[in-house]
Amino acid sequence: MSLSEKQSKDRKNGGENERLLQANNRNLTTSFGYPDNTIKTSKYNALNFLPMNLFEQFQRLANAYFLILVFLQTIPQISPLASYTTVIPLTVVLSITAVKDAIDDMKRHQNDNQVNNRPVLLLANGRMEEDKWMNVQVGDIIKLKNNQPVTADILLLSSSEPYGLAYIETAELDGETNLKVKQAISVTSDLEDNLELLSAFDGEVKCDPPNNKLDKFTGILTYKGQQYLLGHDKLLLRGCVIRHTEWCYGLVVYTGPDTKLMQNSGKSTFKRTHIDRLVNVLVLWIFLLLVIICFIIAVGHSIWQSKIGYYFQSFLPWEDYISSSVVSAALIYWSYFIILNTMVPISLYISVEIIRLGNSFYINWDRKMFYAPMNTPAQARTTTLNEELGQVKYVFSDKTGTLTQNIMMFHKCSIHGEVYGNSHGKVGAKVPDSEKEKVDFSYNKLASPNFAFYDSTLVEAVRRGDKWVRLFFLSLSLCHTVIPEEKVEGELVYQAQSPDEGALVTAARNFGFVFRSRTSETITVVEMGVTRVYQVLAILDFSNVRKRMSVIVRTPEDQLMLFCKGADTIICELLHSSCTDLNNMTMEHLDDFATEGLRTLMVAYRELDAAFFQSWSHKHSAAYWSLEDRENKLSVVYEEIEKDLMLLGATAIEDKLQDAVLETIVTLNKAKIKIWVLTGDKQETAVNIAYSCNIFEDEMDEVFMVQGKNYETICQELRTARAKMKPESLLESDPTSVPLLAKPKTPSVVPDEVPSGTYGLVINGDSLACALEEDLELELLQAACMCKGVICCRMTPLQKAQVVELVKRYKKGVTLAIGDGANDVSMIKAAHIGVGISGREGMQAMLNSDFSFSQFHYLQRLLLVHGRWSYNRICKFLSYFFYKNFTFTLVHVWYAFFNGFSAQTVYDSWFITCFNLIYTSLPVLGLSLFDQDVNDTWSLCFPELYEAGQHNLFFNKKKFMNCLIHGIYSSFVLFFVSVGTIHNSERSDGKDISDFQTFSLIVQTSLMCVVTMQIAMKTAYWTLMSHLFIWGSLGFYFCMLFFLYSDGLCLMFPRIFHFLGVARTSLNQTQLWLSIFLSTILCIIPAVGYMFLKPLFYPVSVDKVFDIIRHCMKFPLPPPVPVRLKHSNFRRSAYAFSHQHGFGALITSGKTTKSKQKKKNSCSLKI
Amino acid sequence: MATNYDVKADVYSKPLCAPKGTANTRRPNNTAFKQQRLPAWKPILTASTMMPSFFIVGLIFIPIGIGILVTSNNIQETEIDYTGTEASSPCNKCLSPVVTPCICTINFTLKEAFKGNVYMYYGLSNFYQNHRHYVKSRDDSQLSGNTKALLNPSRECEPYRRNEDKPIAPCGAIANSVFNDTLELFWIANESDPTPIPIPLKKKGIVWWTDKNVKFRNPPGKGSLEERFNGTTKPPSWHKPVYMLDSEDDNNGFINEDFIVWMRTAALPTFRKLYRRIDRKNDSQPTLPAGQYYLNITYNYPVHSFHGRKRMVLSTISWMGGKNSFLGIAYITVGSISFLLGVAISSLYCLRALLSYISFSTWRPRMPLKRS
Repeated sequence: MSLSEKQSKDRKNGGENERLLQANNRNLTTSFGYPDNTIKTSKYNALNFLPMNLFEQFQRLANAYFLILVFLQTIPQISPLASYTTVIPLTVVLSITAVKDAIDDMKRHQNDNQVNNRPVLLLANGRMEEDKWMNVQVGDIIKLKNNQPVTADILLLSSSEPYGLAYIETAELDGETNLKVKQAISVTSDLEDNLELLSAFDGEVKCDPPNNKLDKFTGILTYKGQQYLLGHDKLLLRGCVIRHTEWCYGLVVYTGPDTKLMQNSGKSTFKRTHIDRLVNVLVLWIFLLLVIICFIIAVGHSIWQSKIGYYFQSFLPWEDYISSSVVSAALIYWSYFIILNTMVPISLYISVEIIRLGNSFYINWDRKMFYAPMNTPAQARTTTLNEELGQVKYVFSDKTGTLTQNIMMFHKCSIHGEVYGNSHGKVGAKVPDSEKEKVDFSYNKLASPNFAFYDSTLVEAVRRGDKWVRLFFLSLSLCHTVIPEEKVEGELVYQAQSPDEGALVTAARNFGFVFRSRTSETITVVEMGVTRVYQVLAILDFSNVRKRMSVIVRTPEDQLMLFCKGADTIICELLHSSCTDLNNMTMEHLDDFATEGLRTLMVAYRELDAAFFQSWSHKHSAAYWSLEDRENKLSVVYEEIEKDLMLLGATAIEDKLQDAVLETIVTLNKAKIKIWVLTGDKQETAVNIAYSCNIFEDEMDEVFMVQGKNYETICQELRTARAKMKPESLLESDPTSVPLLAKPKTPSVVPDEVPSGTYGLVINGDSLACALEEDLELELLQAACMCKGVICCRMTPLQKAQVVELVKRYKKGVTLAIGDGANDVSMIKAAHIGVGISGREGMQAMLNSDFSFSQFHYLQRLLLVHGRWSYNRICKFLSYFFYKNFTFTLVHVWYAFFNGFSAQTVYDSWFITCFNLIYTSLPVLGLSLFDQDVNDTWSLCFPELYEAGQHNLFFNKKKFMNCLIHGIYSSFVLFFVSVGTIHNSERSDGKDISDFQTFSLIVQTSLMCVVTMQIAMKTAYWTLMSHLFIWGSLGFYFCMLFFLYSDGLCLMFPRIFHFLGVARTSLNQTQLWLSIFLSTILCIIPAVGYMFLKPLFYPVSVDKVFDIIRHCMKFPLPPPVPVRLKHSNFRRSAYAFSHQHGFGALITSGKTTKSKQKKKNSCSLKI
Repeated sequence: MATNYDVKADVYSKPLCAPKGTANTRRPNNTAFKQQRLPAWKPILTASTMMPSFFIVGLIFIPIGIGILVTSNNIQETEIDYTGTEASSPCNKCLSPVVTPCICTINFTLKEAFKGNVYMYYGLSNFYQNHRHYVKSRDDSQLSGNTKALLNPSRECEPYRRNEDKPIAPCGAIANSVFNDTLELFWIANESDPTPIPIPLKKKGIVWWTDKNVKFRNPPGKGSLEERFNGTTKPPSWHKPVYMLDSEDDNNGFINEDFIVWMRTAALPTFRKLYRRIDRKNDSQPTLPAGQYYLNITYNYPVHSFHGRKRMVLSTISWMGGKNSFLGIAYITVGSISFLLGVAISSLYCLRALLSYISFSTWRPRMPLKRS
């Protein structure tokens, strides 16, 4: 836990129920002991680094285990090995980790320093003084300028903008890039930038204690005896940036660790991979095996001691402390515990970390996952999940910004029964944009250069001055809540609440109806070069229920007009009866638009009569000012005026899919990855996108819709679906029903089922919430998992996470969530792997993700190439690593039967020290960093290869048992071949060969050769590096042999290096080499046999794919067949609109707030 | 505990999409290493390519095995057990500790003459020279002639570290239990003349050069060996101190070859150690002609208490060492198994290949999905 967290916790325990502070009164606030504005994300300082870091490291089970072993080894009565055999590896491992931690922490220190020392303007002694961020205290008043980050959580007092408004960008906080508006309460906004007044300001604030809720703040400001209510719209949070606001003053409320930003930075959930958990289980198994082996050996020792050892005392007297064979056996138990500890090798964990880190770097380095337009490479933010990428079974994808670009293009429109935008041929015959001729907008100086339209007839109509076209575009340029920004003359930038709106206004702009600027009461439109000012009388804002918005304006000709745009189903009911024919025609066009997957809106207008409007206006302001039930009253009033509309036409906006989404989804489907789309969008839009990106296909047998509102209907809908897909799954006898009937609160795994065809499922957010609450989750899960594609729409962020959790809980597969917005964060955090698309919706998703890149289609490369490689590599690593250590260690067990179970090691203790750490570490690292079974092209070409990871075929408990058995066999061979060689035999010069040191040399050299051959067998991709590592390590072993057994070293430390001259005296013996050769061949024959016979006789699907690939490599490939883009003839219509409120309230706020006189003339919203 | 608060998020850092341009691009380098395109040899190890290896192993191993076996069988070796636990054995009398010194004689016959150099070994069985406590009970520092260690031996030597306040040289259980039987060989040239002809046994040249010249060194000094070992005492079981092991100076003290041989501990509880060499005199005469021999034993070394056995071995030597049929048999067995496996696998494989040929021939591969 970071210190900052601890501090705030302590204070919380102290019971801060509410926060009290007074402006400009440091004495008061310091007495409460609020922290200052220093943030501390670093963990250590120079003094406590060593103890704290070591303490943390020893909290890891493996490290603690080895520490215990070190202590055991210091007991001479037990220790068969010098303690350096464990101390050296442990030190190396600990220091590597410590260095890494130190570097990380150093970076954090630098960052902290940089942040803490940033300058800020602080009001002190009646003037602004520059101070450092860390010196800011609760109750201080600070001044912030445009584009400055907010120093702490501050209460907005006043700003340069009218009505005390301040604009902030919260991208770093919640990921939304659009501007947010904060408004100071009027009593403080009157203080303006008058330093005297500000210094004298002594308001008292009583508010919530520090918490992590970003959108909750309640407080009371007491100033001059009056109380003012404070809400979260008055609070500027740390992490935001001031925009479009020249200056603003704020009262510091929360500082440093108390800020909402820091309070939200709770500990990140530590994700562990399946392999991790498996390895932990296996380590436990090994540990148990170790205990059993040690016990058996101890019993053996006890028997030996009483049968032989007792009588052998004339040559080897028992030590004083050994009173009986049982005592001796107890000591031997621990001795073997030490000797055999290498079964759980200390380097396992660190090697796994290194491998994952390496594979993460490959992801960062991949040029094919670099997105040049955004200049963003892919990024592995979590370096510990790589192999999980090779096992993904469920992908949960956000729609907007992930599958789609979230760029809305005004594509077509229907104006008064005339369709514009069909450049060539009929609907559906898609011509690539590049082949079409762009419309020339050069006549319009204010046109946006990014806008493209391909039907010049519309331009002609505009130029002709067609009445309907004019009204249509005028309505588009007036009826919206977009805020324009014109920093440079002629360069307009629109701030839109939803991209749809932006697209519509931009379209109007390009066709010559330029929305130029707005004030709270007027809209300036440049109509075909003529500037006209429309007076805004009312904005009838958008809401989810109304699904439309209207604006009432007074034209320069003093005409009252209402312009309305909204969903077609809503608008067509509000139309005037004279429009029926037009309406029918337009509806036909809308169907055509929808078929192409375009998002549609209807546009209508109404001319108002002044008297009618006058009376309505009164009702409106009455409703507006009513305190109770304001929303409802307003919508009733709105309905009164939004009727008898005259239809103008319809717009069609293309929600552009990201590049190659279709191909990616086809590929992922082939890899048996199920894709669920979880979106906050409406059902129609979501289903539409699902069709266009192939999650649903036209050939599907059926797409089920779950829209029920209560338990019974939902249950019925789900069961009908299941009955269609697999009738027998409803029977109680079906194995999959067992968990259903067992009323499981405890998680159990729901097995996969195979349906009778391809189906799709669409479920609504409300139904989903109901299903999750009412114990229908298993019904839902079973139905959903049988479907090829699942679409969940209208999802809240929490529900997204719930769906992921549901699958995670009852299904065995690995889940991956991919999204780009702040609303995807919960799902990204919940899934096994979270992928963030660093796109337009800010950084929040990316910051919380494990992997991030900027295009959805990189997902296939991430999974099928990097994921699969990482998985294969880690599996190869683990099976080899376990095998290697079993072989290495178990030789001691065989030897125990020949040395009276006395814990005599077979190897030189230096060999034991170096084996894992030096002699064999590089080859296995090389294998797990460079190996490729097939290259990336084949991986993508045959997504079927991916299935091995999903079923965890390459490393599981069975494979582990294989490793164990193979290890036992190899150690047996190594030991007994060596024994057979030296037993009763002589060297070629007549001297005896059966001495311990020669025996050691034979066994350890054989072992080195065997493990080298094994890794050579496993290596499928021999780079120069592999050769260097594999043969180099073997060569290095021999060099080390001569070095460790050299005269000089042994004479210098005769008590440590015993094996003087063994290498040069023994390595020239033919027998020795014959023995090594025999052991090597004997050990690899079964492995080779298994490796090549198994795919031959018990092939799994992956083996068959490999056969095909080999077949393909031999024969040239046929020319590529492009993926056919399918078009369906049945699509649902889509409605374009953001389901958030627009900027309406803000724009009209000028009318409801007392505006300032002096700024009245220039009170345009300069955004 | 890590927090996921990223300070960078707090810093209003430079915009995410940096301006285009080669200087600022974050595009990863196009190196073969970073793109995982390192040139590599990709051996395709399939059943069909690996099948010949079984035959190759078979074809290599069987001849080697035969060669080794033939060589091993040509080696002459004779082994005499002289433990004396059987009542009929001449050495049976020596089991009683009362008889000291006890000399027994065993006669045996060599049916064939030993032609080349003959080596004489003593072999011990059930003697745990590889017991951990035994193996470590020595001080290599002392044995390398270190004066400090000579007078203050390592604690590993306990309980044979000090005796009556004097450091033991050489210390430790290994040295204390040094093999001290004396073996002599006599040949009866013809049966009419029973006078045995002693066979000359060479006691030098039986240890590793490094042991004799590097690892084992007498304590340095100018005086006689006895002076150099001054202040030390002999191991308790020894009859004479270390500096009186031999009359010749280059075979006395720590560099006594019998002692060095013993100090090179055996890996297994049954072992043989080189005792003496019998060099061939000339080509015409066998080193040990066929005939009657006496083995004269000064029986000092008690092994019967722990069911140990003692042997004397005479053996000739080949290019690949002593008589050992294990490697030969193992090579032949492995070779044959591998060959048979190869036959079995290839016949099965051909059968399968034939069956699966049809499915392959109808198959057409697809291409990777190409993106623009």
